[in-house]
Amino acid sequence: MSAYGRMHRKEDARFIRGRGTYTDDVNLPGMLHGAVLRSPHAHAAIVSIDTSAAEAHPKVKAVITGETLAGLRLAWMPTLSGDTQAVLATDKVRFQGQEVAFVVAEDRYAARDALELIDVEYEPLPAVVDARRALDEDAPVIRDDLDGKADNHIFDWQAGDKAATDAIFERAQVTVAQDMLYPRVHPAPLETCGAVADFDRVTGKLTVWCPTQAPHAHRTLYAMVAGIPEHKIRVISPDIGGGFGNKVGIYPGYVCAIVGSIVTGRPVKWMEDRSENLMSTSFARDYHMHGEIAATRDGRIQAIRVKVLADHGAFNGTAQPTKYPAGFFHVFTGSYDLAAAHCEVTGVYTNKAPGGVAYACSFRVTEAVYLVERLVDVLAVELDMDPAELRMRNLLKPGQFPYTSPTGWEYDSGDYPRTLRLALDMAGYDKLRAEQADRRAAGGPLMGIGISFFTEAVGAGPRKHMDILGLGMADGAELRVHPTGKAVLRVSCQSQGQGHETTFAQIVAQELGMSPGDVEVVHGDTDQTPFGLGTYGSRSTPVSGAATAMVARKVRERARVVASAMLEASPEDLEWAEGRWAVRGDPATGKSMAEIALAAHSGLELPEGVEGHLDAVCVYNPPNLTYPFGAYVCVVDVDPGTGQVKVRRFVAVDDCGVRINPMIVEGQIHGGLADGVGMALMQLMAFDEEGNHLGASFMDYLLPTAVECPSWELGETVTPSPHHPIGAKGVGESATVGSPAAVVNAVVDALRPYGVRHADMPLTPANVWLTIQGRPFRTDLAIP
Amino acid sequence: MQVPARFEYERASSVGHALMLLERLGPEARVVAGGHSLIPMMKLRLAQPEALVDINDLAELSHLAVEGDELVVGALVRHARLLADAEAGRLFPILHDAERVIADPVVRNRGTVGGSLCQADPSEDLSAAFSALRATAVIQGPGGARTVPIREFHTGPYETAVEPGELLTELRVPIRPGSGSAYQKVERRVGDWPVAAAGAVLVIHDGVIAEAGIGLTAVGAAHFAAPEAEESLIGQVPGEEAYARAGALAAAHCEPQSDQRGPADYKRHLVGELVRRALARAAERAGRGGLR
Repeated sequence: MSAYGRMHRKEDARFIRGRGTYTDDVNLPGMLHGAVLRSPHAHAAIVSIDTSAAEAHPKVKAVITGETLAGLRLAWMPTLSGDTQAVLATDKVRFQGQEVAFVVAEDRYAARDALELIDVEYEPLPAVVDARRALDEDAPVIRDDLDGKADNHIFDWQAGDKAATDAIFERAQVTVAQDMLYPRVHPAPLETCGAVADFDRVTGKLTVWCPTQAPHAHRTLYAMVAGIPEHKIRVISPDIGGGFGNKVGIYPGYVCAIVGSIVTGRPVKWMEDRSENLMSTSFARDYHMHGEIAATRDGRIQAIRVKVLADHGAFNGTAQPTKYPAGFFHVFTGSYDLAAAHCEVTGVYTNKAPGGVAYACSFRVTEAVYLVERLVDVLAVELDMDPAELRMRNLLKPGQFPYTSPTGWEYDSGDYPRTLRLALDMAGYDKLRAEQADRRAAGGPLMGIGISFFTEAVGAGPRKHMDILGLGMADGAELRVHPTGKAVLRVSCQSQGQGHETTFAQIVAQELGMSPGDVEVVHGDTDQTPFGLGTYGSRSTPVSGAATAMVARKVRERARVVASAMLEASPEDLEWAEGRWAVRGDPATGKSMAEIALAAHSGLELPEGVEGHLDAVCVYNPPNLTYPFGAYVCVVDVDPGTGQVKVRRFVAVDDCGVRINPMIVEGQIHGGLADGVGMALMQLMAFDEEGNHLGASFMDYLLPTAVECPSWELGETVTPSPHHPIGAKGVGESATVGSPAAVVNAVVDALRPYGVRHADMPLTPANVWLTIQGRPFRTDLAIP
Repeated sequence: MQVPARFEYERASSVGHALMLLERLGPEARVVAGGHSLIPMMKLRLAQPEALVDINDLAELSHLAVEGDELVVGALVRHARLLADAEAGRLFPILHDAERVIADPVVRNRGTVGGSLCQADPSEDLSAAFSALRATAVIQGPGGARTVPIREFHTGPYETAVEPGELLTELRVPIRPGSGSAYQKVERRVGDWPVAAAGAVLVIHDGVIAEAGIGLTAVGAAHFAAPEAEESLIGQVPGEEAYARAGALAAAHCEPQSDQRGPADYKRHLVGELVRRALARAAERAGRGGLR
């Protein structure tokens, strides 16, 4: 009997009863409360900071400034991209909302009151708001803290074969170019970031409760940066209310809470509020892209080349494997059989919050998929060809796998045409096109049909190529089987809602012939779990899930030896059948894992050199990434009088390989599709000329609700990954990656009678109306 | 961190008690009812009242009934209750149209009609709806009650005719036979403040428009009204041409501001479009019998 399949999530028992424990639920005896004073300016020199009035507040225990931290050599900290970031500003502030001072007080009211007692004198400087002006000769230099820095340039990076690509473009029958912006968006998890830090002066041990997606990486970085011995640091990531990449990095507030605990000798809690989260923590995207596509007149796509201007904000704090400053963006050749491709990416500083890789983006695969799927639609318009037909003509064929892309990725497996065909069939594509034609002929209401076909590269990653700050991206797993046959799995990754406690229990159960209910999954506590890099980039099942399967197989092999002693047969004469070890050909002899576990802990005489017990550990170093893919079809209705867009239908066919718990997979897809609708239609994080953040609350930064979401129509195909032990691929980000292009393609398709070929996200009513008028606006800047 | 500054708190047990508390606590005290505007502003410290007078126990302000030829809406009537009231919806579909697009069910369960009007946010939907309906506000003060026509109630953004020490107690809406009404809003997402919105009330007698009320939201229309557009409709035969002209007049006479919801010219365009649509819907409802 398979342990895979739909089962209710084990963790939901506590969540639906309101019994989860989030960081803000952690309350320790004698705990103090911290609050961060933030910069009102996007760019300003700090003339002076006077904390005396705040320090005189009767409930204030400590006021920490950049100067305090400088004394501890903690005023600056390394970012995940090898840059430095101010913990508390010393010289100047570089984005609105930047951390300037930290107050520790007896309660959170007093901490907040004391912020108003701190007197900071600023000398405002001109701000770099428009990324396209960041490299201008006369642009103010943001990072004058870096030795010899005289501009706002961060990096130039390229991938692919420029000469071969240019050669194809030179003689191509058809080329089309399109500028497009993937605007700055924010993951906006329901639970904001925060920390409870508790430094024990007696033992010298630091315990940090924090909603981190990567508890082990945090522990190691605290040890490296703060100089606290790593065995004296315990990071506990309790229940997390959503991460989406927002909770990968270490934020200044965490460091401040730790320092606050060290200087006061008491636990310190700091929780940011919604506006702090939206203004200062890791955003996503902000890619200004110029894409070109070359093809034959009959619709054979030959090459793509891209130039990207990447806005990284005031500090280069993106989180991705070290070798890849643009993440996995160079997977932009998508799902198509191209002869050549080339991209150049230039990263720049602006006076905005740092970040760039977050929001379920699979290390920039989101931007890549949006680019290629928009380009294909633009080409379809140019060729006057149906976009489904154009895609079908160019998709990779099943026989081409494993397939090496022009930018060097090795796609593991897929049957793309089958998946697209299923999506088109489910949508009733031909009927939809007929309805659209009828409406256009009759001058009726506008409707649009958008397609997106995506291939993701997830599950980072092979240690040889992928590390973060030198930490290789392999994950450990530890499995104990108790004498009565109940198991405890310990994994390094941490769930922010993905359902690991259920899915990973199912993997163990499947491998060992047990019930998932008999497997407890322990995660999120560095004192209790083996090392690993964490949960992001859809890597949990591809890496930690693989480690889980492998450690369970180790246990199974140990059980084989014990069973052979029980059955007085040679291990080679046993076979694993129906979840038991039995003498080959004699299933009645089969011993269950519970029976074997008891024997393994008993006085049973074991063969020479066999230790007994069944526990095992392993480390999984993935041989390759996994490549989930999918075909999405979106149908929208557009009101040209108001510019309002209604998503009428959304068909999503995902292939993420073997599905362990289809219900959890579908839940993740539902969430990602809603995210995609939000990004495409409403999520807007613009900045005015002074660098004021115009989306710093949920009144301004809109998240979609059930009302904006249609009833999702899901389908699936299953192409197992050949190199993953159970054939699974990641799925956590697929829908977020794939859906925005489908929605935008649908809206642009609806507007085709107006000659519209492209419009930037978000397609708010104002943006749609102005696009119809032929005067679209810059969605990254304030509306004039 | 969003926590309010220090404030005093008193819970009133009657209108008289509330007025006494307001007098004692002075002009820096604020009345709190549903609290869905004031409390968030206090948490953000955009508002720092010295004291709150909580009127949630005042059952005498929760009446919602037809009295004579008026619908009377107590100031403490919750949005959800007005939305659920079949008679109010039958008499004034504009109120249900507007309530349906105010915030979300959670806010509507707590937020009050009186609180919405007193907050006087230029983007608040009911202000335009009551303006179109030419309602009357009843304000209670230490010296007794006084009435104020709704088009004199709002004196500016976040400012009303309610003086310190006074309390809005109810709205009175005249019932007009032969009328129909509607409210149309464009929002970026359900529950959002409007990009622009328009309400329309038409009274049609013998196939001719006898009375017209047009309310505008979030577009800088004085008193949330469009008098030039209203004027243009009187004596006209209901129809697309008249609606379009009224829409154009309303668009020409409002003063929308550009913000992240859209540029001013788009909002102006929306006024014309939404006035036209609201008038058509109002006329259709009047024609369906609407009110005898």
